[in-house]
Amino acid sequence: MKMLINVPETVVADALRGMAAAHPELTVDVENRVIVRGDAPVAGKVGLVSGGGSGHEPLHGGFVGPGMLSAACPGEVFTSPVPDQMVRAAAAVDSGAGVLFIVKNYTGDVLNFDMAAELAEEEGIRIAKVLVNDDVAVTDSLFTAGRRGTGATLFVEKLAGAAAEEGAPLDQVEAIARQVNESSRTFGVALSAVTTPAKGTPTFDLPDGELELGIGIHGEPGRERRAMMTSREIADFAVDAVLEDLRPKGPVLALVNGMGATPLLELYGFNAEVQRVLAERNVTVARTLVGNYVTSLDMAGCSVTLCQVDGELLRLYDAPVETAGLRWGR
Amino acid sequence: MSDQESGRTLDGDFFRRWLTTAGAAVEREAGRLTELDSAIGDADHGTNLQRGFRAVTATLEKEGPLAPGAVLTLAGRQLISTVGGASGPLYGTLLRRTGKALGDAAEVTPAQFAEALAAGVAAVAQLGGAKAGDKTMLDALEPATEALGTSFAAGAEAAEAGALATVPLQARKGRASYLGERSVGHQDPGATSSALLLAALAETWEATA
Repeated sequence: MKMLINVPETVVADALRGMAAAHPELTVDVENRVIVRGDAPVAGKVGLVSGGGSGHEPLHGGFVGPGMLSAACPGEVFTSPVPDQMVRAAAAVDSGAGVLFIVKNYTGDVLNFDMAAELAEEEGIRIAKVLVNDDVAVTDSLFTAGRRGTGATLFVEKLAGAAAEEGAPLDQVEAIARQVNESSRTFGVALSAVTTPAKGTPTFDLPDGELELGIGIHGEPGRERRAMMTSREIADFAVDAVLEDLRPKGPVLALVNGMGATPLLELYGFNAEVQRVLAERNVTVARTLVGNYVTSLDMAGCSVTLCQVDGELLRLYDAPVETAGLRWGR
Repeated sequence: MSDQESGRTLDGDFFRRWLTTAGAAVEREAGRLTELDSAIGDADHGTNLQRGFRAVTATLEKEGPLAPGAVLTLAGRQLISTVGGASGPLYGTLLRRTGKALGDAAEVTPAQFAEALAAGVAAVAQLGGAKAGDKTMLDALEPATEALGTSFAAGAEAAEAGALATVPLQARKGRASYLGERSVGHQDPGATSSALLLAALAETWEATA
């Protein structure tokens, strides 16, 4: 496997140095691995901190900036960050209005953010937490660690970020984050396995003629494996899996997300099929976002996230955002 | 005569040597741990623990003499700060809580240590919301703490047997749980690294005999 890297050990630090050079509007602490918006702490504003393993770019560092996250903590590749990073981030963005931790439901992320919340509170920072668990491919939570947090993380960070930017207090920002998570569902599909820099070979074996349905964002295998399907068939399967669980009663936001190695040509083509299924199921799409947003290194494949919105959530979605990975309205 | 009845006590230096020996075992077995994790997790258990134990060893080298409890709490804090993932908080909590249970005594008996380790294991179970049979590190740690009542060697053997016994289990916690039935047939990486820690403990005990 050929990769554009020096050595696996410095992949994350190298990326952060490059990100700092490309985005002078961000404060990037390479040594301690914290990305903070340059004007933090913003007086009176609730801070939003998220983080997780590296390898999901632009999530989360690419979503730091006005209208979205205040700070992000990137861990090692596919490994959650440590509590020290989160406490440092919280301290950097807290203006006294408190900090919301946005946590994807993966065991490592949950445990480290829990510890960080305790430590930050000991330092006098008010902390609220929201858990993102939107992945419908994981059904039986008695026998698993619960639904994984995947594509909906983008909607939670965007909408709660917009509310915080407008000056909403901590409990309100937290409530919006929770509402967005509860209104969102995701289903992911892998066409190829992922190769991490440390391992250098694919983490699971997915033959050419097959695809994996119901994957998470670390190349962890999913619900079932089938013979390769067409874009049309995948859209039918993925959208129906989401709708079966979400059963939206109003318009939705649609995210057609690439997993890292699928070109936009394919993603737009797939989006056409997604829109067709949604129209056939009488679901109104208020806004659509197509691109690589919540990725899994070099995995080929995609995920579909739907988020049911009311007028207020739609307004927060449309609010200006200015980050490396998402930008509009300013 | 059991280890408990031997009359020997353990000082801070013993625990320092235990963690150094454990660190060496992690270095040696990192590839195997990562390989096991690649089958049912995300292929980083070995690398993550390696990073953590290197930090533990470096920190302990810088510190002067410490009581047993302080050695363990300091090491636990280092693991939490450097490992990440689920292993950082879980192993960090194991050592921190065991250390706290030992208090600030300058020397402890094997029985006192076994009791403290049981408290550490209970804290891990509570943090992870897991129990024996879920295919986690607890499958090695729980039988090991019971067997420690007899001897350090018995503790190590019980941990190793517990790790091997995870092979036919279906994972219910952590990332392996998403595999469902496909997690069956693979040894749990966390139980395996826990068995390494217990083996290092027995080795340290033997070496100081």
